[in-house]
Amino acid sequence: MNAQVENWVAIGPLSEIPRQGSRRVLWGQIKIAVFRMSDDRVYALEDKCPHKNGPLSEGIVHEGCVTCPLHNWVISLETGAAQGADEGQTRTFPVRVEDDTVLIAF
Amino acid sequence: METQKQKLVIIGNGMAPGRMLEHLFDLTDAYEVTIFNAEPRVNYDRIMLSPVLSGDKSYADIIIHGQGWYDEHGITLHKGEKVVEIDRVERRVISDKGTVEHYDKLVIATGSQPFIIPVPGKDLPGVLAYRDLDDTEAMVAAAKKGGKAVVIGGGLLGLEAAAGLRLRGMDVTVLHLMPSLMERQLDEASGYLLQRALEARGIDVKCRANTKAILGADKVEGVELEDGTVLEADLVVMAVGIRPNSGLAKEAGIEVNRGIVTDATMRTSDHAIYALGECAEVDGRVYGLVAPLYEMAKVAAHALAGEETSGFKHSETPTKLKVTGCDLYSVGDFAEGEGREDIVLRDAQRGSYKRVILKDNKIIGAVLYGDVADGGWFNEMLRAATDVSDMRDTLIFGQAHQGGGSFDPVAAAAALPDDAEICGCNGICKGQIVQSITDKGLTALSEVRAHTKASASCGTCANNVENLLKAVLGDAFEKKAEGMCGCTPLGHGEVRRLIKARELKSIPEVMQELEWSSPEGCAKCRPALNYYLVSDWPGEYEDDYRSRFINERVHANIQKDGTYSVVPRIWGGKTSAAELRAIADIAEKYDVPEVKFTGGQRIDLLGIKKEDLPGIWADLNEHGMVSGGAYTKGLRTVKTCVGQEWCRFGTQDSMGLGIKLEKFLWGSWTPAKLKLAVTGCPRNCAEATCKDIGIICVDSGYQIVYGGAAGLHIQGTTELGIVATEEEVIEITAALTQLYREEGFYLERIYKWADRVGYNRIKTIVLEDKEARRELHDRFVFSQKFAQVDPWAERVAGKDAHEFKPMAEFKLEAAE
Repeated sequence: MNAQVENWVAIGPLSEIPRQGSRRVLWGQIKIAVFRMSDDRVYALEDKCPHKNGPLSEGIVHEGCVTCPLHNWVISLETGAAQGADEGQTRTFPVRVEDDTVLIAF
Repeated sequence: METQKQKLVIIGNGMAPGRMLEHLFDLTDAYEVTIFNAEPRVNYDRIMLSPVLSGDKSYADIIIHGQGWYDEHGITLHKGEKVVEIDRVERRVISDKGTVEHYDKLVIATGSQPFIIPVPGKDLPGVLAYRDLDDTEAMVAAAKKGGKAVVIGGGLLGLEAAAGLRLRGMDVTVLHLMPSLMERQLDEASGYLLQRALEARGIDVKCRANTKAILGADKVEGVELEDGTVLEADLVVMAVGIRPNSGLAKEAGIEVNRGIVTDATMRTSDHAIYALGECAEVDGRVYGLVAPLYEMAKVAAHALAGEETSGFKHSETPTKLKVTGCDLYSVGDFAEGEGREDIVLRDAQRGSYKRVILKDNKIIGAVLYGDVADGGWFNEMLRAATDVSDMRDTLIFGQAHQGGGSFDPVAAAAALPDDAEICGCNGICKGQIVQSITDKGLTALSEVRAHTKASASCGTCANNVENLLKAVLGDAFEKKAEGMCGCTPLGHGEVRRLIKARELKSIPEVMQELEWSSPEGCAKCRPALNYYLVSDWPGEYEDDYRSRFINERVHANIQKDGTYSVVPRIWGGKTSAAELRAIADIAEKYDVPEVKFTGGQRIDLLGIKKEDLPGIWADLNEHGMVSGGAYTKGLRTVKTCVGQEWCRFGTQDSMGLGIKLEKFLWGSWTPAKLKLAVTGCPRNCAEATCKDIGIICVDSGYQIVYGGAAGLHIQGTTELGIVATEEEVIEITAALTQLYREEGFYLERIYKWADRVGYNRIKTIVLEDKEARRELHDRFVFSQKFAQVDPWAERVAGKDAHEFKPMAEFKLEAAE
C-alpha cells in the first residue's frame, strides 16, 4: 500500500468542518466530501453515492458512516463501501490533520 | 581509576527530569549535574495540585525531592533562574541572571505552557492559568474572598480547577467550547453524565460557550460570550490546553515541530542534547499525562548512561479525573470506524455507562463512567492485545463475570426464582410474566407489556423481560423490530412519554437515560429525537443541526442531481403582479432552469445550485417573501379557493381565512408535513377533504375536517365538527395541531396518528373539552414564539455560512 503519489494539499483549518458534519472541496471536476467525526477524526470521500450519485456531504453522519440524503444508503467513511445489503463503493482519499490544518492527498 | 566526571546540565526541574535523575543515579555516577529551574523551588508533584487547590493537601505534602536529595547527589540547583540561550557551538547555557554553565550533555525539560485565548482582557489581574504552584496559590487566595469564578475549558484541568474552587466555596461556572465535556477523552454519553454530576455539586456548566472577551477596568469583573451572555466573575481560570515549551530549542536551531523532535532514545537533532517531558515530540506525538513522561525519563536515563534501551514506545494511557464522586476512566481509541464494534452497557438507575470498542476481536478502547472498576482489566487486555472472542458476550459485564462458565443473560433470567421482581415500577415478578407468556401465548415484548404492564413505565427492564421471553420460548422467540430503530428496543411512544416524564432535554441525555445501545444513535433515531425535544421543550431545547436531514438543514429541497428547489411562501396562494415580477426577475438573474407551480398552489424554482441559495433568498427576502417551508416537517401550504369575494357560490372569505391560518401556523415543527386547505363551499375546489386539516365553508359557518391522505395511501377526511366563527376555527386548528405535535410519532402523518389514537378521543379533547382545547392552543402559541423565524433570513445574515460554499477549490490546468 505504498502510495505512489504523495501530493498532500492543505485545504483549510479543521475548525471549519462542523463535528459530525462535512464540507465540500472541489478538485477540478471532482467533488470531495471531507467529514469530521465527534472525536476530530477526518475522512475524505468522493462526494458521490455509489447508488445514484447523491451528495454524501449532505448526509447525516453517525457511527463512522454517512447516510446518503437521496435514498438512505449507508456508506462507510473509512472504506467508502456501501453497508448492509447494498453493494457499491465510493472512492476515498488519504487525509490527515497537521497542526489543525486538514490535508488531502490527491 | 578516578575519571573526570562529565557535565550534565538540565533545563527544567519538573517531574520528568526528576524521575530521569533517579534512574540515572541508579545506573551510573558518571555525571556532575546542574539544574536550572525557572520556578523558585524544588521538584514537586504537579499532579497533586488539584488536592492542594481543594485543600486536601499542602505544598509540603507534594514535594518529591527535598533540598536534601539535591545535596546528597551533589546537584547544583539554580532556583528561579531561567535559561535564555543555548550556545551549541561552545556547549554552554546562559541564564537570565547571567549564570553560564558548560555542558557535555544537555537535557531540555522545559515542559509546556498554558494556552491563553487571545481575547480582550486576557491580561487583567484575576485571570489565571492552572499550571503550577503559583497559579494554585493565587486561586486559593482568590477563593478566600468568595464570589464568582469562571473556568474556561471543560477538560481535565479545567474541571479539576472548577471542583477545587467550588469546594473552597466559590460560585463556579465552567465554559466549554465543545458540545460535551472532555470530548477528547469521553464520548457524548459519558460527557453528559459527567456534566450532570458536576451540576449536582453546584457547578454550572455551559457547553458550546465561546468566550468573546474578559471584562473589567483594572481587574476581572466578568466574561462575555460570543452569544452576548455576560457572566459576572471575580476570578477567571483559563484551562484550554497546553503548548510544548520549545522556543528555547528552536532559537538554538534544534529541530522543532510541535515539540522538540527526538528519536526513540529522546535524543534531539543535536546529539549532545536530549529532550523529555511535555516539551518533547517522539514519533509525531507530544504527551501531557505522567505515565509516558516517566517512560521517557527511563529511556533518557539509559541513553545517557550508555545502556541498552528498547526506546520509547507509544502506548495508550488511561485518563482519570481527580474529582471526588465523578468516576470516569477512558483509554485508547474510541472513535468510530470501519471494522470497529461497540459494546455498550448503560445503567440509568446507577448513572453508569460502559463502552468497549473492539477491532478484530481485540479491545482498542474503553470509556467507563460511574462503575470504573473494570478499567484496569480492559486496559490490560488492550495493552496485551488479547483476543476476546470467547468472552465477548459477557465482556462488558466485567472481570467478575468471566471464567467458570460464561455469563449468559438468558440463562441468568431463567435461573431467577419466580418471585424475583423484574419490573420495579409496576411490581411485576418473574412468575407473573412467565405465566402470561405461557397462558396467553405471548411472543413479543409489546404483548407482555400490554398484558402485565412489565416494562411499561420507565422501560429500563425491557431487556430483562425480553430475556425471559427468550428463556421461555427458546428458539421460537424471534425478536421483532419494535424499537424506533436498531439503537433501542423502545418504541416511539415510550420514548416520547419518557422524554416528558423524566424531563430529558438533550439527545445525549435521552440516549443515556433510555439506555441506547449505540454511542451516537443513527440516521433514524437522531432526527426523531431532535423533533421530540424541539416539540416538548420549546424555548429550552436548541435543535441539533447534525440530526436534521439536509432539506431542513439548508432550507430547500434536494433534487436527484444534487441541486435544490426553492419555494417562497405565497400566503394562501394569493399573489400579486409585483410579487410575480420579482420572482420572474430572480429566476432570470440566477438562470433558474425550471419554474413550476406546485400541487399546493405555490411557485417552485428548480435546479438551484447550493452556493446560490443565500443569494436567491436574500433577493426574495428583499421583496418580502420568506421560506415557503416546502421541505419541512411542519406547515407546508394552506390551499384556498377564491371564496365569497369573487365566486358566485362562495359562502365565506375562504381566501382570507386561509391566509390567516397560514400566517398563524407557519414555522411550527410537526411530526410529518402538514397541509391544509380552506374551500369556500362544499363544491370543494381547494380539495379540503383529502388534506391533513381542511376547512369547508358553509352558510352557517365552518366545517372542520382532518385526517385525509392523498399520497401512497388515499383516505378521505373525517369531520371534527362545525363552528360558527373564524376565531373558533383558528383556535381548534391550533389545538388539533398541538395535540398531534405532542402525540405523533416522527414521520407519522396526521391520519395515521388519528387512526392510532382514535378520532373520538381527538374530538373530545379538541372540540368538546373547551378547557383542554384552550390549553393546547396556548401551548401552541407559546411554541410559535420560538418557531416563527424565517430560516432564509437567518442564513442570509450568515448562519451556517459554511454550508453554502466549498471549503476549498482547486482549479486544474486543462493539460491532462
